[in-house]
Amino acid sequence: MATAAGTIAAPTTESVVWSWITTVDHKRIGALYGVTAFIFFLIGGIEALLIRTQLAVPNGNVINAELFNQLFTMHALTMIFLAIMPLGAAFFNYMVPLMIGARDVAFPRLNALSYWIFLFGGLVLVSSFIFGGAPDTGWFAYQPISSSQFSGSGMDFYVIGLMILGISSLAAALNFAVTIINLRAPGMTMMRLPVFIWMTFIVMFLLILALPVLTVALIQMLFDRQFTTSFFLPEGGGDPILWQHLFWVFGHPEVYILILPAMGVVSEVLPTFSRKPLFGYAAIVFAGIAIGFLGWAVWSHHMFTTGLGAVQQAVFSASTMAIGIPTGIKVFNWLATMWGGSIRFTTAMYFAVAFVALFTIGGISGVMHASPPVDQQQQDTYFIVAHIHYVLVGGALFGVFSGLYYWWPKMTGRLLNETLGKWNFWLMFIGMNLAFFPMHFLGVSGMPRRIYTYDSGLGWDFWNLVATVGAFILALGVLFFIINVFKTWQQEPDAGDNPWDAPTLEWATTSPPPEHDFDVIPEVHSREPVWYMRDHNLTTPEPEPGTHIHLPPPSYYPIIIAFGVLLLGLGPLSHLALTALGVPVIIYGIWGWTLEPTE
Amino acid sequence: MTEEALLRISQRWARRLLILAPAALFILLTACSDPQTTIEPASDMTEAIQGVYEIVFWLSMFVFIAIMLLTLWLAVHYREQPGREAIQIHGHQRLEILWTIIPVAIVLIMLVPTWQVIADTTDTPPEDSMVITATGKQWWFEFTYEGLGLPDDEGNPTDLVTANELHLQAGKPVHVLLRADDVIHSFWIPQLAGKVDMVPGHENDLWFTPFEDSVREEAYLGQCVEFCGASHANMRFRVFVHDEEGFNAWLENERSDAVEPTSELGKLGATLFVVRCAECHTVRGTAASIADFGPDLTHVGSRTTIAAGILDNNISNLVDWISNPAEIKPGINPENDVIDKERPLRFMRAFEDEISAEDIQAIAQYLTELK
Repeated sequence: MATAAGTIAAPTTESVVWSWITTVDHKRIGALYGVTAFIFFLIGGIEALLIRTQLAVPNGNVINAELFNQLFTMHALTMIFLAIMPLGAAFFNYMVPLMIGARDVAFPRLNALSYWIFLFGGLVLVSSFIFGGAPDTGWFAYQPISSSQFSGSGMDFYVIGLMILGISSLAAALNFAVTIINLRAPGMTMMRLPVFIWMTFIVMFLLILALPVLTVALIQMLFDRQFTTSFFLPEGGGDPILWQHLFWVFGHPEVYILILPAMGVVSEVLPTFSRKPLFGYAAIVFAGIAIGFLGWAVWSHHMFTTGLGAVQQAVFSASTMAIGIPTGIKVFNWLATMWGGSIRFTTAMYFAVAFVALFTIGGISGVMHASPPVDQQQQDTYFIVAHIHYVLVGGALFGVFSGLYYWWPKMTGRLLNETLGKWNFWLMFIGMNLAFFPMHFLGVSGMPRRIYTYDSGLGWDFWNLVATVGAFILALGVLFFIINVFKTWQQEPDAGDNPWDAPTLEWATTSPPPEHDFDVIPEVHSREPVWYMRDHNLTTPEPEPGTHIHLPPPSYYPIIIAFGVLLLGLGPLSHLALTALGVPVIIYGIWGWTLEPTE
Repeated sequence: MTEEALLRISQRWARRLLILAPAALFILLTACSDPQTTIEPASDMTEAIQGVYEIVFWLSMFVFIAIMLLTLWLAVHYREQPGREAIQIHGHQRLEILWTIIPVAIVLIMLVPTWQVIADTTDTPPEDSMVITATGKQWWFEFTYEGLGLPDDEGNPTDLVTANELHLQAGKPVHVLLRADDVIHSFWIPQLAGKVDMVPGHENDLWFTPFEDSVREEAYLGQCVEFCGASHANMRFRVFVHDEEGFNAWLENERSDAVEPTSELGKLGATLFVVRCAECHTVRGTAASIADFGPDLTHVGSRTTIAAGILDNNISNLVDWISNPAEIKPGINPENDVIDKERPLRFMRAFEDEISAEDIQAIAQYLTELK
């Protein structure tokens, strides 16, 4: 194999570790995303349990105010950027090529690069705990409390960590948008795409458009903190409200970035186990697109109490309530999918049905504080905490668990244990409702969020204790998932190609799929291609003997460039010389990447 | 466990949840009795909010119960059973139209009163309003009553400055100008005023009129609700609503200069105060009346709480506070302090290392006598 001057030969060793580090296989990268994100998810969960322990009783003194503020900030950052987003990425990495009938993504090395940058960005963010304290001004980092005048080095980790993570998501978003547009199997028209793919597709555009806004704001914040500019600081002529606009122009689409993949998962699981096609496919797809668009027109509902003025309040309340309409359409279509079905209640289906109910609760409470006057009583109270957790736990996380149970046999060849699965589900379901439903009551009773302590006698004692108990039950449920994984890992991989009799293309190949995904790229005739084959007695065609399937070779360059990006970021956190060092590393990586042979 | 058994258990739980739903509703309504409740309005502003909230709440309840019941029914009724075949349909156009129109209608019903209240609360404040500037600082509130201080030597009106306890008159409109000195805070008295943020560099305001029948002995509770740093949880304030007579009595006392201490210990405390505390705090009518960035303590003895509503106002708490305030309010450590030209100190330092316990006791005695 010819090697261009100065580049490293493509890895050929059989070492397991090196094969994972240099892999460009979308399934392996998906698995890396999944495992990494799950570990971060556990870290975020421990942070949550510490918070709930502190708040279990009034005047709690388990942790001090400073640590509490770091914990609630890091809990949000960890769950949003390091758990839910990359868990979605794990699914779309693994599933997009399989579901559209492709051999890999459009840019396999870019895909690996996304993962490694994500890993390094996540480590930067979490490592802040051991380098002088984690970010402690909330995941929204309002100004001027996040300026260098009022906050410590934790906020530098925030800026750098999020900027690094943003590069990762942006690269992944471009990659998958291109993949979905260009690599669909013959006959897989856009209106035959599985809904999970559609939702992923929408999310990619949200990422491509939202992340630059955040990056611009972060660069301004970095300059304010490091080079005494004054973009957001009033004494220098800046405006703290400008930060809020920029942050939420990113931050609200971000909510849909978190929830749309889960909606996609549920749109796959419900029809499979109801044994009938998705009800109102087009309505669900177009509702998703409508949510994607409207998601850009609602950001100021996070700012109803900042003195926006009458016109802005009126407009943003209307647009925010309007987003409930496509959301309602989705919910009704999911329910109609169950109507007339013969529903098989697997764990995946339990999670999917619970998703519909719990997400609806989060949606309803969201419409409640879409009214600015009502929001004047609910903003920054526990009512909002209840709302966001119904959306992100009952919604996004239950969607993720539904997807885990649904696709686990495809990804590993092993079915997860259903009895343990039911334990896992019921503990999470009961725990989740015990933890978060009482927060509505707390909010109505006037309990502000982000307080590390409260007095007794305000009517908050009982529900806080209940919420804490609920949080631990929820955590126990997650523990059952881990037990389930370890227990079933011992078994033979005997799930079969399509254990659920599911309709979409990923079930037309083996479990786990071969490295090249499909022996022969299938031809698609319907929205439910596997059911079409079943009903028309078609079999997967055998590959012609001697066919060579071209797959991209593994590469060292993704991790080299990612390391260079890490060095760039570490500069402002320690010594700017590291940034200078990062530049040649990245240039070397790009050079080698460009010249690397692809055979 | 078999699928059958699991199904039975889930059906049983489904029934229990059905019974629990009204119970939850009941609990939600009884939240009224809590001191910081958001749903027992005592002013025109919060009542207007409550009007919208009730419409939104009942519509939400209706949708909530309908969707939960529908989900449960579908899950139970269409579960897998011998002989059941799934109906293979792809959609239904008229249904799609129907369940687009229903949410549109619900949204419109919510939107009209919402816009009405927005228009009302962002219009202009009543002309006869009492104007109060509320300034949020890490981590306390300063209240300045415009023109209610004693006239100065030339007879011009002066402002009356106090901290952490707001006194209002029932039936009298108040126009609160919201300012912030350092970071963003938020001004919220759940029963009297929906929150509006205090943003550095911005001039927000709100206004409301406490109801005539809102007069009561106990305080209405207020609290900062925009995260503002380590002691965000410890930034509270109290609001007392008086009738006209009660308010005037309070005002008469509050605007007058500080009273002389009567006890020996209090007199010693007064002397120590001028030396130790006047750098930051003002007690009007004494030598300690130049500083303007610590809370004004002219009548601190008449307040019910100290340290921004977190401790009862008594000698022992005052001693603890003066000895080591950071122990009570995390974050006000000197290393967190910002030194700039205009404000040598933002945070109160611990005096236990600087002066004797007896002296702290004397200062505390003096403060309690500043009725």
